[in-house]
Amino acid sequence: MATVIVVTSGKGGVGKTTTSASFATGLAQRGYRTAVIDFDVGLRNLDLIMGCERRVVYDFINVINNEANLNQALIRDKRVENLYILPASQTRDKEALTKEGVEKILHELKQSFDYIVCDSPAGIERGALMSLYFADEALVVTNPEVSSVRDSDRILGILASRSRRAEQGDEPVKEHLVLARYAPERADRGDMLGVDDVLEILGISLLGVIPESPTVLQSSNAGVPVILEEGSDAGAAYSDLVDRFLGKDLPHRFLVTQKKGFLKRLFGGN
Amino acid sequence: MLLRSPSLASEEPPPFDLKGSLFTLTVLHLFKLDRVAIERHLTEKIKQAPGFFNNTPVVIDLEGLEESRDGVDFAALYELLKGCGMVPVGIRNGNPKLQAVARLAGLPLLPESRSVGSVKKAEQGAEPVAARGRIVNHPVRSGQQIYAPNGDLIILGTVSAGAEIMADGHVHVYGLLRGRAQAGVRGDLEARIFCQGLEAELISIAGRYRVSEQIGSDDWGKAAQIRLADDRLIIDHLTR
Ligand SMILES: Nc1ncnc2c1ncn2[C@@H]1O[C@H](COP(=O)(O)OP(=O)(O)OP(=O)(O)O)[C@@H](O)[C@H]1O
Ligand SMILES: [Mg+2]
Repeated sequence: MATVIVVTSGKGGVGKTTTSASFATGLAQRGYRTAVIDFDVGLRNLDLIMGCERRVVYDFINVINNEANLNQALIRDKRVENLYILPASQTRDKEALTKEGVEKILHELKQSFDYIVCDSPAGIERGALMSLYFADEALVVTNPEVSSVRDSDRILGILASRSRRAEQGDEPVKEHLVLARYAPERADRGDMLGVDDVLEILGISLLGVIPESPTVLQSSNAGVPVILEEGSDAGAAYSDLVDRFLGKDLPHRFLVTQKKGFLKRLFGGN
Repeated sequence: MLLRSPSLASEEPPPFDLKGSLFTLTVLHLFKLDRVAIERHLTEKIKQAPGFFNNTPVVIDLEGLEESRDGVDFAALYELLKGCGMVPVGIRNGNPKLQAVARLAGLPLLPESRSVGSVKKAEQGAEPVAARGRIVNHPVRSGQQIYAPNGDLIILGTVSAGAEIMADGHVHVYGLLRGRAQAGVRGDLEARIFCQGLEAELISIAGRYRVSEQIGSDDWGKAAQIRLADDRLIIDHLTR
């Protein structure tokens, strides 16, 4: 049976779509049939980050409205086998996103996929609620700052009370923390919360720490999920994250400030 | 309804007033007279929520009690419940013979209340109808609001900043209290707040409140009890 995973955060711009793209790509790379769905109706950008925006014909809402079938709307990734993208609509309004419609699509996807990754929009409105409602597991993406952590806490409350699992009294949605855009030197200086601070506030298990890295923006502009970027620390962190999700016990990297090299120490500077 | 005691010939004020009043009472639906089992189950309940039965008045409902040849030793039952923190105040239902025995033991018959069908529910392990408290088994997250009307609120976990918990009775937090907590929201001046770590945004008892700025650094993060004395909020540290 397929597992539905929502990538959510509450706050906007923390790295949900970046995470969804790399996470789904990583699962597919490891041989799992994976579909990633963009729930951000009206602001679609998953297809941009996945580099398939010029191949979008039908979208999520078309399928809900029976204007297209799933096979017509799913876009097959050109680089990674087993990976499919279901884009959001740029134009339609969010009201089209109904519980019945989403359930129908997820049900159909579950027949042929191992993992279904749902990229949630920001906020706690309809799109966000729909994207988490059917989830079995959740990647809660947080940046190391107070407002982001607060919003993640809020989302955790919603997962625990308003998901289908909560409503039906099933086993609760399994929660994983993804701490994104982490800059150890800023945490050391006290400009940002540290990993321990965030864990202490949210009290859920840490799946991965993604360092702040310029390659993220570069690769998303190029339409390549950063996990495919050789030599990128953010990419390596996503790779570890996927392995951990699949059960490997790996230490967390990128948590400490890089030691300055000899020359840098000699001449100062950051 | 106000029944003044009839003034006697003299003008001196009467020593008491009699007033009718409605109370919410916990009802203990008794199914089986198994001393050991009763004691075990009560001890278990108390372990989950210490102080839950804090001199709680209870009514013993005999409706679902299975017949037994030996009858019921109400005095022993009284002692047993008393030992677990309950104060039996009377009985409900049961046959006339049982009722007579109970009366002799100082447990009068109380009139039938309106909640029928409750015995069935209790058999299925559901919450008793007149639950005095509410137990929450998970952390309370930002944006969540939990209210326990007519009783205490017990949270097994942390209350995050941005969350709000309220009770007509006491508030217990077995975890850190980082959000807002209000006890005695309908004016009970005796209500208290208990928490394992005080980092609250706001604490309030019967409307008297302090915001986090007004919580001293000596008290911050400590296991504490908050109560009212002379209309002032007092923070006591809980020691172990
Ligand atoms: N680890 C990182 N290092 C540097 N920049 C990052 C990192 N992760 C994300 N970003 C940047 O942050 C911005 C927001 O990322 P992204 O679109 O993934 O967030 P989002 O949570 O999906 O946003 P929205 O709420 O708008 O959907 C992008 O410009 C992205 O390049
Ligand atoms: Mg996004």
